Amino acid sequence: MAELAEAEIENYTVNFGPQHPAAHGVLRLVLEMGGETIDRVDPHIGLLHRGTEKLIEHKTYLQAVPYFDRLDYVSPMNQEQAYALAVERLLGIEVPKRGQYIRMLFCELTRILNHIMNIGSYAMDVGAMTPFLWTFEEREKLMTFYDDVSGARMHAAYVRPGGVGRDMPAGLAERIAEWAAHFPKIIDDVEGLLSNNRIFKQRTVDIGIVPKEEALDWGFTGPNLRASGLAWDLRKSQPYDGYDEIDFDIPIGKHGDCYDRYIVRIEEMRQSLRIINQCLEKMPGGPVKVQDRKINPPPRGDMKGSMEALIHHFKLYTEGYHVPRGETYAAVEAPKGEFGVYLISDGSNKPYRCRIRAPGFVHMQGMDFMLRGHMLADVPAVLGSIDIVFGEVDR
Amino acid sequence: MDTQSDTASALADLKEAVGLSLPDDVIDAEVAGEILSVSVQRPSILKVLKFLRDDSNSQFTQLVDICGVDYPEREERFEVVYHLLSMTQNLRVRLKVSAGEETPVPSAAEVFACADWFEREVWDMYGVFFSNHPDLRRILTDYGFDGHPQRKDFPLTGYVEVRYDESQKRVIYEPVKLTQDFRTFDFMSPWEGAEHAHQQILPGDEKATQDG
Repeated sequence: MAELAEAEIENYTVNFGPQHPAAHGVLRLVLEMGGETIDRVDPHIGLLHRGTEKLIEHKTYLQAVPYFDRLDYVSPMNQEQAYALAVERLLGIEVPKRGQYIRMLFCELTRILNHIMNIGSYAMDVGAMTPFLWTFEEREKLMTFYDDVSGARMHAAYVRPGGVGRDMPAGLAERIAEWAAHFPKIIDDVEGLLSNNRIFKQRTVDIGIVPKEEALDWGFTGPNLRASGLAWDLRKSQPYDGYDEIDFDIPIGKHGDCYDRYIVRIEEMRQSLRIINQCLEKMPGGPVKVQDRKINPPPRGDMKGSMEALIHHFKLYTEGYHVPRGETYAAVEAPKGEFGVYLISDGSNKPYRCRIRAPGFVHMQGMDFMLRGHMLADVPAVLGSIDIVFGEVDR
Repeated sequence: MDTQSDTASALADLKEAVGLSLPDDVIDAEVAGEILSVSVQRPSILKVLKFLRDDSNSQFTQLVDICGVDYPEREERFEVVYHLLSMTQNLRVRLKVSAGEETPVPSAAEVFACADWFEREVWDMYGVFFSNHPDLRRILTDYGFDGHPQRKDFPLTGYVEVRYDESQKRVIYEPVKLTQDFRTFDFMSPWEGAEHAHQQILPGDEKATQDG
């Protein structure tokens, strides 16, 4: 009898995952419950760990690019861009203007790709089905643009050190412009369903509040930091590629709750559309990648006639290029936050160390303090609002 | 560009300030491009982190990343690298601390909350021990995993593989069996390769002189 009484005081432990539709992948949360409220959250991550950083150490610099598609698999190009910037910095090369603009254009398309995926599935997590269907229709159109430039719908391997894989095919710019003209209507429609929806607001307003100080202490970046009221965006503060020539605003939230994180993402999509339109307008001509044949292979046509071109092609796709000894940290404003690549080169054709700083890893860590004192039903609401993809959390 | 030279001069100022305020704790500091790279004495790392966070001229309030690097040829083979960001100054700083397999590094979790998981990952991947860490468990590898996979002497294929065993009705661990030997191709051309990799002399080249 005495034993039984003791057992009753003990906290109840709930196992959330590893397979759960609201976990956005494979996540196991061990929740210590005091009744219906959460006392402690212990996320067990790593179920999708593939050893990306170790694998990259065994690949040449160019062969490492596709691994970045497979980290956060809903925003592939932003991550390729971070890696490309790191390699370019070590090589000391600058991408031609047209290459930079194509990168910006596609990185903003990717941001929308990421945000509509997040908003759609988030709405579904808290009980709304329709936005998911509408946003996925748009996602499909965006992936067609991916397909047009790279031949792949998701894992593009398009942004490469020195520029982009190839130039945009004829007519693509017009198709993107056409899509960009129609997309604001979709944002308005989704907002019409969610932003003032009573059920949606009951699930998100004042849930998972992150004050400014805690957001900094826990290393939050991206929309999650901006929702807490800090106007920090690497595209503005430490511009890379051509972002300093583009005009856009940084939306910020006030309360740092789930609703603010949602609304910041909605507004970011509108800003991304502005950037896309400016990119299309200002798109310069010229080459899309550096013309140094020791880094980028010659066009296929040249190889049929020129021995020199054939040698360059062969050397680049077997040995690859050598990157001067040194180390660098390159960070981009990925849709989920600061995505950084810390690259150490020993002067050979393979990276000595390639550290990937994934925003999701840091945000996942914040689950514990965000959920304490909340109800069990708030777990999917908070998890969805910080936009987690396990490809990058587990690497 | 103006912003670039601004950054460079701000980093130079910061380098001076760090050198003056913490002369015994800093081994070496240099401005490398857009970042200030500082080597720090291992016991002083918390002091330096606190200084950079709280000093009103630097305000490095955000810890961006902690990672490990393995240099097996060094006496203390690991390097723990901290990246800090100051949003008010718009500057970045990199701190480096060296550590051996047996030497613990003071945990930064009391200075920055987000250091917790970063340090768990460094422990998991490299086996660098962090003293006073609140909860130093493995984080990315499997339950009951043995070894530290990102060390340079850990094979890429690992040691064990898992599969579901139909007769035992559970997942079992077995030593890795490769149907084909693990292949690493050395594509370094013999002319450049010797210069870059090992400085080895190719067979037949022993008598060749520099000027041919």
